[in-house]
Amino acid sequence: MHDILDAIDRWLARGEQVAIATVVRTMGSSPRQVGAKMAVSSSGAMIGSVSGGCIEGAVFEACQEAIATGQTRLLHFGVADETAWEVGLACGGTIDVLVEPLR
Amino acid sequence: MSTIYELVREAVRSGQPLATITVLSGELIGAKMALRPDGQTVGDLGDTELTAQAVQVALPLLTAGETQTVSLTPEVTIFVESFVPPPTLYMVGGVHISIALAALAKIVGFRTVVIDARDAFATAERFAHVDELILAWPDEALAGRLDARSSVAVLTHDPKLDDPALRVALRSPARYIGALGSPKTHARRLERLAAEGFTPEELARIHGPIGLPIGAKTPEEIALSILAEVVQISRRGASTGVQKGA
Repeated sequence: MHDILDAIDRWLARGEQVAIATVVRTMGSSPRQVGAKMAVSSSGAMIGSVSGGCIEGAVFEACQEAIATGQTRLLHFGVADETAWEVGLACGGTIDVLVEPLR
Repeated sequence: MSTIYELVREAVRSGQPLATITVLSGELIGAKMALRPDGQTVGDLGDTELTAQAVQVALPLLTAGETQTVSLTPEVTIFVESFVPPPTLYMVGGVHISIALAALAKIVGFRTVVIDARDAFATAERFAHVDELILAWPDEALAGRLDARSSVAVLTHDPKLDDPALRVALRSPARYIGALGSPKTHARRLERLAAEGFTPEELARIHGPIGLPIGAKTPEEIALSILAEVVQISRRGASTGVQKGA
């Protein structure tokens, strides 16, 4: 958490906007536990992780969108849905990720 | 007024416990408030009844330092995120096992405290790697410090030091209490404490002989078995829930 806060402080000091993604629920096996976080800045800087690397790309996009729209969204990644097929969840579990613009 | 994020940042930096509650579903998605261990709140979820309900659910989770998603009603799901300092492992006895146990516990994410009244044992040279080294009688050192996330490993083998530590630990909400010693030593210890008035239920909280049975022989291996048990109990507590009021 400390490393993420340090990065967010630097981004905010530069006048950037920030979105934070947090793992809020997992089912089955998953590499990161509930509460794992990743933060993204409006210029595309990124810190932290919400999986073993399988969904970070999609979450990064969602964070950029949250910065642009100001909307909070709950993302669901799992083996049984299309998104998961696209980005691939190798662990076979499901992960819910909350994406919030920092206000 | 500070934003919720600023409160979280301040809490994490200062080591003060704080929880955030975020609505995950419905029209109120993204609504967020903060909660302190004394029940004080900052912000609300946009609905008085929902806010009150959420606080009631979140408070015991914050006390236990847990982060989880909870279905409040069939329609409303909330995410309770606890920001708490690392849990503390108190080692009573500046013994060889404590040297290894402190090192392993640090890696796993515990704050480490070693307590011994004997200055030959509690030396900075032996325990340069612990977060806090206390040269004092264990009961004095532990008094008022143990909370529901604390673990206590009693390791001196000497009733003069072990028993006072156990008395304080048994009267605290500590989630793990373990005591080193053979089954025979442990049986005698339980007899002594029972004679002082501790009930069988209270005494059942003591894990003894301490540690998971992994066939440990060396002090380092025994430290590993103790830490494994501490983690097992800590995580079991996390899945079966928190202390409930009577």
